[in-house]
Amino acid sequence: MNVVQLPVAKLVARQPQALQDPDWLRWSLVTIAVCFIGLFICLPLGLVIVKAFSKGLEAYWAALAEPDTLAALRLTLLTAAVTVPLNTIFGVAAAWAVTRFDFKGKSLLTTLIDLPFSVSPVISGLIFVLLFGAEGWFGSWLIEHDIKIIFATPGIILATLFITFPFVARQLIPLMQEMGSQEEEAALSLGASGWRTFWSVTLPNIKWALLYGVLLCNARAMGEFGAVSVVSGHIRGLTNTLPLHVEVNYNEYNIVGAFASASILAALAILTLILKTTLEWQQARR
Amino acid sequence: MSILLTNISKQFGAFAALSNINLEIPEGELVALLGPSGCGKTTLLRIIAGLEQADQGRVFLSGVDKTTQNVSKRGIGFVFQHYALFRHMTVFENVAFGLRVKPRRERPDNDSITKKVHALLELVQLDWLHDRYPDQLSGGQRQRIALARALAVEPSVLLLDEPFGALDASVRKDLRQWLRNLHHELNVTSIFVTHDQEEAMEVASQVVVLNHGRIEQQGSPSDIYDHPANAFVSRFIGQTNIFDMAEQDADWLQIAGLLPIQHDSKIAHVRPHDIVVEKVTANQAAPATLKDWQHLGALIRLELVKNGSNGSAASVFAEMPNDQFKQLALSRGDKVGFQIRQAHWFQ
Repeated sequence: MNVVQLPVAKLVARQPQALQDPDWLRWSLVTIAVCFIGLFICLPLGLVIVKAFSKGLEAYWAALAEPDTLAALRLTLLTAAVTVPLNTIFGVAAAWAVTRFDFKGKSLLTTLIDLPFSVSPVISGLIFVLLFGAEGWFGSWLIEHDIKIIFATPGIILATLFITFPFVARQLIPLMQEMGSQEEEAALSLGASGWRTFWSVTLPNIKWALLYGVLLCNARAMGEFGAVSVVSGHIRGLTNTLPLHVEVNYNEYNIVGAFASASILAALAILTLILKTTLEWQQARR
Repeated sequence: MSILLTNISKQFGAFAALSNINLEIPEGELVALLGPSGCGKTTLLRIIAGLEQADQGRVFLSGVDKTTQNVSKRGIGFVFQHYALFRHMTVFENVAFGLRVKPRRERPDNDSITKKVHALLELVQLDWLHDRYPDQLSGGQRQRIALARALAVEPSVLLLDEPFGALDASVRKDLRQWLRNLHHELNVTSIFVTHDQEEAMEVASQVVVLNHGRIEQQGSPSDIYDHPANAFVSRFIGQTNIFDMAEQDADWLQIAGLLPIQHDSKIAHVRPHDIVVEKVTANQAAPATLKDWQHLGALIRLELVKNGSNGSAASVFAEMPNDQFKQLALSRGDKVGFQIRQAHWFQ
């Protein structure tokens, strides 16, 4: 039986003939794609690791154990720990508002959600300097009350919050639009409260997209350079996040230090990719 | 539970979905809200459920004003057009949902829930599917699970939005009969929305015909079929031939027996089965020619063509039982005469 069935199954799975391009075209496209990925993604990533270990394992560990590096890592993790949950809540709320209610200015809100994507991060950072800097709108009030935002952790968190807020909402809005609200209406008609409906019907349906959005949000929160660079002030050991720390080290010709920190970021990126692939695989299996 | 709607109106922007609907539904009835798409029937159903708020008017359930009450408090069961089963829950959990979300004081314990859910699944004859997920079920099975889920909370009113709309023809036939039987068994006041007049006539004990956000007629199926209140209802329910006596060439209709009884009515609606077709010999003057016919199972539908003096041609549809048609032994192009037995007259 198997011997007979196998070719049949292959026939069915085959691409329609009309969509099959000649061999030379197929192979050249594959080659171009592979070369591109190799040249622009694998090679730089490999170089980061090679450079980080160029003076040996010990130098690598020493660079990582440096207090400034550890402080940068702590600040990066703190920023992500604050911004990711906040933007998750914001993203769910925004997606809910956009897909479930009809109100004036809805399309404007949808456009504004995308604003951080379309504005250069440097400008995003400058906005906060203009608002909270010494010469900014709230500057004098903040100085009077001895509150530091710019060149301090709150500014970094605010800038990161601004940069990363579209990720979760962008993931959820198309999904929730496509799902419609019938399941939620059904839950309500069965006597469930709004809160209960959210937890037992909406959340399970959007959980994969939500996790995916959170993952992307987290990756950006840890890796953001432009906006954070403007508001941070580059105070070593205090307001340097990992990406800023990499730059500072590199400018000081501390190659091992720069690439050791970069390798942490690269490892975070790879971890994110693995998680993302796992999520996609889980989703496809369901 | 009886339902009373007074003066319900609903606007969507500039579009009046419903205007001044007054409707009373006695307890235990199985009512069809029937009308063409866009007539406001689903909106009316959603207003009764509390999924939509009317701009004005009041909703009374069992004499209690429930106009402002939230859908989750109204005690209704709603079956959605596309079933809206919770896709991440098994069939069992779907049906149990309404029981699990009850406030702690009213919530039955786990054993009672299990027992009740299995009883409901047996009622809809799908207990063997209890551990499946909705996407593993066929359309008809999903429909029945959605019904079981709505019945779990023992609603006093059951509302169904196009319950058979998304099913294929044979499943639809079975489910109609099944729903009718189930209603006899449970005797819960039920309203379903449909655009299919055949479905409404077959299943419902009362039919409410809607058009452009207004009620055109309410009554039992036979009432509505035999005594249509206006031209819209007559056209919408069943097939109808429409004759305009004001047209100059209408003499042949009078010869066929169509006499305006009421002096001011000029439009006659004639059901195909109220037209008796007879064969005439070739040299006789005959009013029409047999153009074609279709088999409708037990009935044959004949299409007759009447050529007017000014070159126009009017089609007349008549129906007769299969065996009678065989006796007549007609073929295409034969001259036939016909008699109109009965007509409804409208302005």
